[in-house]
Order: sequence, then C-alpha cells, then structure tokens
Amino acid sequence: MDSLLSDLRARVILAQASGKPVSIHGGGTKDFLGMKGTGTALDMSQYAGIVSYEPTELVVTARAGTTLVELESLLAENGQMLAFEPPHFGPGATLGGCIATGLSGPRRAAAGSARDFVLGVKLLDAHGRMLTFGGEVMKNVAGYDVSRILTGSLGMLGVMLEVSVKVLPRPERELTLRYAMLEAAAIERLAAWGAQPLPITASSWVAADGGGELRIRLSGSPSAVDSGRARLGGDVVPAAEADAWWQSLREQTLPFFAARPLWRVSVPPVTPPLALGDTVIEWNGGQRWVSTTQPAEAVRSAAAALGGHATLFRPESIDEARRVGVFHPLDPVVEGIHRRLKSEFDPQGIFNPGRMYSYL
Amino acid sequence: MNAPLDAAQDALTIARRQAEVVAALRHVVPEHCVMYREEEVRPYECDGLSLFRELPMVVVLPETESQVQEILRLCKRLQVPVVARGAGTGLSGGAMPHAGGVLLGMAKFNQIRRLDARTCTAVVQPGVRNLAISEAAAPYNLYYAPDPSSQIACSIGGNVAENSGGVHCLKYGLTVHNVLRVRMVTMDGDIAELGSEALDAPGLDLLAVFIGSEGMLGVVTEVTVKLVPKPALAQVIMASFDHVETAADAVAGIIAAGIIPAGLEMMDKRATAIVEPFVQAGYDLDAAAILLCESDGTPETVAAEIARMTDVFERSGATRIQVSASEAERLRFWAGRKNAFPAAGRASPDYYCMDGTIPRRQVGRVLLAIQEMEVRYDMRCANVFHAGDGNLHPLILFDANDPDSVRRAEDFGAEILELCVQVGGTVTGEHGVGIEKINQMCVQFTREELDAFHAVKHAFDPGGLLNPNKVIPTLARCAEYGRMHVHAGELRFPELPRF
Ligand SMILES: Cc1cc2nc3c(=O)[nH]c(=O)nc-3n(C[C@H](O)[C@H](O)[C@H](O)COP(=O)(O)OP(=O)(O)OC[C@H]3O[C@@H](n4cnc5c(N)ncnc54)[C@H](O)[C@@H]3O)c2cc1C
Ligand SMILES: Cc1cc2nc3c(=O)[nH]c(=O)nc-3n(C[C@H](O)[C@H](O)[C@H](O)COP(=O)(O)OP(=O)(O)OC[C@H]3O[C@@H](n4cnc5c(N)ncnc54)[C@H](O)[C@@H]3O)c2cc1C
Repeated sequence: MDSLLSDLRARVILAQASGKPVSIHGGGTKDFLGMKGTGTALDMSQYAGIVSYEPTELVVTARAGTTLVELESLLAENGQMLAFEPPHFGPGATLGGCIATGLSGPRRAAAGSARDFVLGVKLLDAHGRMLTFGGEVMKNVAGYDVSRILTGSLGMLGVMLEVSVKVLPRPERELTLRYAMLEAAAIERLAAWGAQPLPITASSWVAADGGGELRIRLSGSPSAVDSGRARLGGDVVPAAEADAWWQSLREQTLPFFAARPLWRVSVPPVTPPLALGDTVIEWNGGQRWVSTTQPAEAVRSAAAALGGHATLFRPESIDEARRVGVFHPLDPVVEGIHRRLKSEFDPQGIFNPGRMYSYL
Repeated sequence: MNAPLDAAQDALTIARRQAEVVAALRHVVPEHCVMYREEEVRPYECDGLSLFRELPMVVVLPETESQVQEILRLCKRLQVPVVARGAGTGLSGGAMPHAGGVLLGMAKFNQIRRLDARTCTAVVQPGVRNLAISEAAAPYNLYYAPDPSSQIACSIGGNVAENSGGVHCLKYGLTVHNVLRVRMVTMDGDIAELGSEALDAPGLDLLAVFIGSEGMLGVVTEVTVKLVPKPALAQVIMASFDHVETAADAVAGIIAAGIIPAGLEMMDKRATAIVEPFVQAGYDLDAAAILLCESDGTPETVAAEIARMTDVFERSGATRIQVSASEAERLRFWAGRKNAFPAAGRASPDYYCMDGTIPRRQVGRVLLAIQEMEVRYDMRCANVFHAGDGNLHPLILFDANDPDSVRRAEDFGAEILELCVQVGGTVTGEHGVGIEKINQMCVQFTREELDAFHAVKHAFDPGGLLNPNKVIPTLARCAEYGRMHVHAGELRFPELPRF
C-alpha cells in the first residue's frame, strides 16, 4: 500500500477513534455547495492518477484526486468524453468531488447524469477498510449498487478512493442553433422536439432584449446533424461561439449566475414558466436556475407543487444557508432511510457531518 | 439443486402458523385474494429457474396499494417473511417462495395509469408487462427501451427489481437509466417515493440503489418510466467469423471506431446449430460465431453507420456479411437470437442459463475456456449473448432427471461464474443473484463488502423480513462455501489457466 493511502487510512481510523469529524475535499471548487464542513480537512487532491484506461472497453478508472482537466484531456486524445459533461467550477476540480456532488452539465437530458455513468467505486469506510463496489463492466447486478448511491452523497458515507466511469465516443459533429423566443414558447418547443427522434444534446433558454433566446445543440454523424438542421431551422451559431456558450453555461460564468441567492429548481421538463424570478433554463426545461429574493419556503413549495424540488445552490450568506437549509427537505419516510443509511455506514458521524442535511 | 433455506419447521407448527396468517390476511384483503391449499399455491413454487422450488405457506394477491400496506404491517407484526412476485420469469430464483412465508403476487396491479406523449412518460403499475408499455406507446411513435428477451411476459416490477436489460441496452441503457420514479411500500407499511418526474430528486439517490435490489428493500406499487422516440429506421448486419476470438476482436473494433450500435450480439456455432432448425433465420452454420450488429436512427445515420460497421467487420476478417434489406429480414435475423432459450429447450431435456459479465476484451478467452470445460464436464454449452457489453449467457444443456447431470451442470455453471470474477467481471449481469448465485457472492465480495450490503438492507428493512436468505449471503453461509476473504488469485480451481 502506498504511503498516501496508508496516511488517509490512518487519518480516518484516528477520526473514528476520537469521534472528530473530517471534511473531505478535492480541489475545493465546490466548497460553496451544501453546508460548511466542520471537521479537519482530509485532502484528496494528492491521491491522483489514472489507474486504468481501455478505450475499447469504454471505461476509465482513476484515483479520486485526479483532476477533471487531466481526465478529460486523456479521453479527448482518444476521441472519447465524459458524456455527462460535469461542471468544473475551477481548474482544481477532481473526479472525487465531481462524483460526490453528482453534478451534470448540458448533455444531461440527452445522455444521462453522473450517476448513470458510474460503474464502480473503491471506498474507504469509517473503519478505514477499503471496499470495492461495482467494477469496470457495463452490466452488473451483483449485490446493491452502492457506487450509484455514493454519487451525489457529498462525502457523507465515506471517502471515495477510486472511481470507474463509463465513457462515450465524442460525436463526429456538433452544431448549435439559435431562436428568438419567449420562455413559454421555448418550453413548448423543447417538449415537442423531445418526443421526436432528433439528435438534440443540449438546450438553453435565457432572457434577452425584448424576449429571450433558445439555443439547442445537435450532435451525431454529419448527415444526421445536417438533416436535423434542415428540419429545425433557426440561425447557426458559429462553432467557437457555440463552444464558449455551452462552456459558460456549464461553468456558470455567464453574468446571470453572479446573482445571490441562486436557486436550482428541478422540475418535470414541460413545466410552464415558474414566475419566481429571473430564470435560465437547461435540460429541455428540467433544470431552472432562478435568481429570486422570494422566501425559501415559497420557492420550495412552488417547486414541490409542480412535482420537483429546489436547492439553494449559491446562498446569499452562510447564515441564510444555515437558516433555511441548502437541500430540499425530505419526506419523513425517505428521511428515515437516510438516517439509517448514515448511521449504518458512518455510525460516529465522522464524514462531512451536516454537509447535506443537518441531521446526517 | 437443493433449496438451501431455513431449518425445516415441523408440520404442525406450520399448519398452526398458516391458519393464523390466513385468518389475519382475511381481515385486510377479500377472501378470494388469499390462497393456501396445496393445489392453489403449487403454481408459485418457483420462478423461471425451476431447479429451486419451495411451496409458499400462503399466497396473497392484493388489489390495491392500501392492501399491500396492510399486508406488510400484518406480516411485520406476526414476523412472517414476505416474497414479492411479478410474472415469475426470473432466472435466479429471486421470487422463489419462503416455506414459512407469504408470497405477495403483484399480478393484479396491471393497469397503465397514465401515458403522456407530451412528457414522454408512462405511469404504470408493477404487474404491467414490459412489452405492453411499448405497445401502448406505439401510437405516439414512442417506446420503452429496455427489452429483456422475456418482455412478452415479465413485469415492470420485476424489471425494476432486477435492473433488467436487453438487446438495446448497449445504446439505451438498463432499467436504471429508463425509470424516473418508483413508488414502493416499506416493510413497515409506509409509502416512499424514490426519484421523481423531474430529472433528479433531493438527498441520496435511493432510486438507483432500489433498482436492482431484487425485492429485498420494498414492494413496488407504481413506476414512472421514460419513453423514447422510435427511431425512423433500424437495420442489422449479420457477420460470420471462423474463430470466436476474431469475432470478439471485431466487437472491440466497432467500439474503437467510435460507434455505439443499437444492439451487438454474438452466437457461437453450438447456438446457431440449435436455433437454426427452430427458426430458419438463415444463419451461417459453418461459422464459429456470428455477430448481429444493429444501427438505428435517421435513414442518413443508419446508412453511414452500416457502412462503417461493414468496413470494420471486413477488416476484422468476417467470412460472410449480410445486411438486412427489409424490416421482415431484420426481424428474421433477430428471431433466432430472441428464441435461443426456447430452442435450447427443444434440443435438450433441460438447460441452465448462466449470466455473468466480463470485460469485452476477455470474451474470446472466456469462450475458449468454456469450450475446454465442455470437454471436462462432458456437457454441451451454447453461447448466445450481449457481446457489446460483455454479458455472457452460457446455456448448459443437461438432464434434470439424472442427478449426476444436474450436479455437473451446477459445477460447470459455478466454474463459469468464478472465471468471470477472475477476469475482472461479475457473477451476474442482469438476472440477479437471487438464491442461485448466492454462493458466488462470497467469491466476488469480501466480508467487509458483504457487511456494507447488509447495512443497505438494514436501512430499508431493519427486521430483514423481505425476501430473506437471498442475494446477500450471511457470513456463516460463506464460511460454509469455504471462501471468506477471497482475493484475486486465491480462487477455486487453481489448476485453471490464469489470464
Ligand atoms: C486547502 C483546503 C483546506 C481546507 N481546510 C478545511 C478545514 O480545515 N476544515 C473545513 O471544514 N473545511 C476545509 N476546507 C473546505 C472543505 O474542503 C470543504 O468544506 C469541502 O469539504 C471540500 O469540498 P470542495 O469544495 O473541495 O469540493 P470538491 O473537492 O469538489 O468536493 C465536493 C464534495 O465532494 C466531497 N468529496 C471530494 N472528494 C471526495 C472523495 N474522494 N470521497 C468522498 N467525498 C469527496 C467533498 O467532501 C464535498 O462534499 C478546505 C479546503 C481546501 C481547498
Ligand atoms: C426466456 C427468458 C429470457 C429472459 N431474458 C432476459 C433478458 O434478456 N434480460 C434480463 O434482464 N432478464 C431476462 N430474463 C429474466 C427475467 O425475465 C427478468 O429478470 C425479469 O425482470 C423478471 O420479471 P418478473 O416480473 O418475471 O419477476 P419475478 O420473476 O416475478 O421476480 C423477480 C424478482 O423481482 C422481485 N419483484 C417482482 N415484483 C416485485 C415488486 N412489485 N416489488 C418488489 N419486488 C418485486 C421478486 O421478489 C424477485 O426477487 C429472462 C427470463 C426468461 C425466462
């Protein structure tokens, strides 16, 4: 066992023995998400490196501290990609942090979310033991799918050491189209397109002078993209501008995202405009970024009434986050399952306590 | 194969217990929903894996969700184990009853509640058949993508429990990628909704762990599935190879070329020989293996992909290549693959279908090792499988009336599964662990990993009454199987060549 790993184990064992929590961090890029960590820092960024990569198996395995930048450039050299297009939110973003936050980017509605691509995880548990769940094969139903439950768990169940993710070939061609359109019309249009076999792999709507702008990205073989374009009309966005657009949306560098508080409202895609505040729409209407000063309860109950939920993605202040909670409250039965899972996996509560919900 | 259940209880205790449970159940469901006479419960003694049989103490067929809640509360109060059952097509004994328990049949939950073409979703009850969803969606040019070969019969509740896959899963994903929301009843009789009709739900992704949990965590009462637009066109290439290894390399070649086919399946010579007389699909009986490789999408995409796939096959040394020229021909090419199991049933008194997954690059080597095992066990084994994702389905032909044949089939199967683990794969790709592969779980996982599985089970079902003794072996069981702390290289069969 290498010294980094034995050091990590020793720190977890010590935390377990002393009951003093650790706050797991990778690149520190998603520090804003969830409640503030309370423990001693457990730095994963040194625990890095590609473990195995077999392009014809469509799988890459890397240590949790590997940066997304390194991983993505290796895949790009082989004409492949992380199809869920994870946001980085900074150059230091790590694979561990990417999977622990479970965030997905523009391609999510078409290709699936982070959890859909996780095939296996090596976990350092609360007792300092190394456990392997899933693996490097596409299909596996042996035991429960623990690696998928670790995706988006914000480090509350253990320390991810290695992750195996499914990768996909990069599309041969991509093309972005633009339409001047109001919000309600854009949602309708996306719904209509969604029910047809079209190669749409990203969508966005933002307010613009006197109305709004809908953008969609087509991906696939050159002929499929061309025939999609012929059917869908719209104005072609030049390639460089298009790439910059999807990147600025994924990384939230558009001026819109500077607003605080910033809510992420997740609703069934066809939901009509929310009228909660300024909005940016992604994922065919399923993901709505909302800047609003309305009370948290109002935002949450509006989302819930529509069959969705709301996350205080970027709070105005730590106090605000503490007061209203970052994540949508759970239904009592589901909350009970969460509490038991936490106490089964982390009985002393040493991993990122309170980061997701105060009681976990 | 001996049914390894709890120590047998004496007949009198069982009779008393049965009377008590039947009487209690009659308070919560109408009388016609409760069955306990031998002739009534006999049809439920096994699922699609008839090697494992057990008569349930009581069968109950609830009609409403609130009855399911009441039944589970009652079973909890009386400490009676409960096994949920869908269509009973499972191939790992997952729905095999518990001798002292209630078999909860979900067949009456057979309604499609809502099908919304605008949102591309359907809300269905768990007893709805997989194919019935696609049939209902067809008028809107939509379908439900996961297509297990059993799709005419199997239920969506069973699909959720097994995370079922099919020919289209390489491109369109497994059940877990196509289900948005599950409504389930816990062993406490409470209702939990996992996932949502939005693209995600708050908290831990309980939906992802529930799917594939084999009826161990809760009883499904409603499922929201995603429907996808039907592709405008599909075409399939049938390619022959004179070595299984060349065929396996051709599979890797397709992926390396950046193509994700809509389906990529392999049949070996034994399989085509069994199937051809049955379906007359026109398979090349001289080939050591044939590949079926499908492209779907717009006509332009299909034309481009078929050309590229053909090119890869030619360069990989295919000895014969045929592209389906019509929809009828496409279906004919697939007919043999889809009917391979029933065809095996005709060629042999019995067959035992295994299910393991391996990294694609190991396909050729594992198939050769299986050929060597055929000699050693003096048994025939046909291979028809999902080559694109490395999910093997060796069909071991045997005779259930001959105890020695049964024993050899069992050992042969176990050896294949352990080989799958050894080469970096898993003991089940889509049929589940159930009771069948519970011993091989001890080979694939360490004691600590099994502990973690028990932890998940406890979080959902602290009393352990749902589908007991399945899927996750106890430590005592693993010790009995003789394999705790198995690490790569210390597996059974050390005499086997290592890859
Ligand atoms: C140099 C540095 C020192 C810090 N020191 C402290 C400190 O002493 N005390 C303190 O409370 N906070 C500290 N923090 C902040 C702390 O890092 C954050 O609270 C958070 O836990 C780390 O997530 P992140 O922002 O780095 O995002 P990421 O690294 O992107 O991680 C996002 C989420 O994923 C989890 N995660 C990341 N990698 C893994 C993994 N391998 N396995 C499981 N979960 C993982 C994180 O815990 C977090 O929930 C420090 C941050 C940095 C950069
Ligand atoms: C000829 C044949 C071909 C097959 N091909 C494939 C294939 O290509 N791919 C594939 O994946 N599988 C295949 N199978 C296996 C089987 O069809 C699937 O596993 C299927 O999902 C089982 O569904 P079922 O309704 O028959 O479930 P059952 O056999 O009734 O039950 C299976 C498991 O699900 C649980 N369960 C059932 N309903 C519920 C519920 N409502 N709530 C909670 N738990 C429940 C049971 O407890 C049991 O553990 C095949 C089977 C046969 C016989």
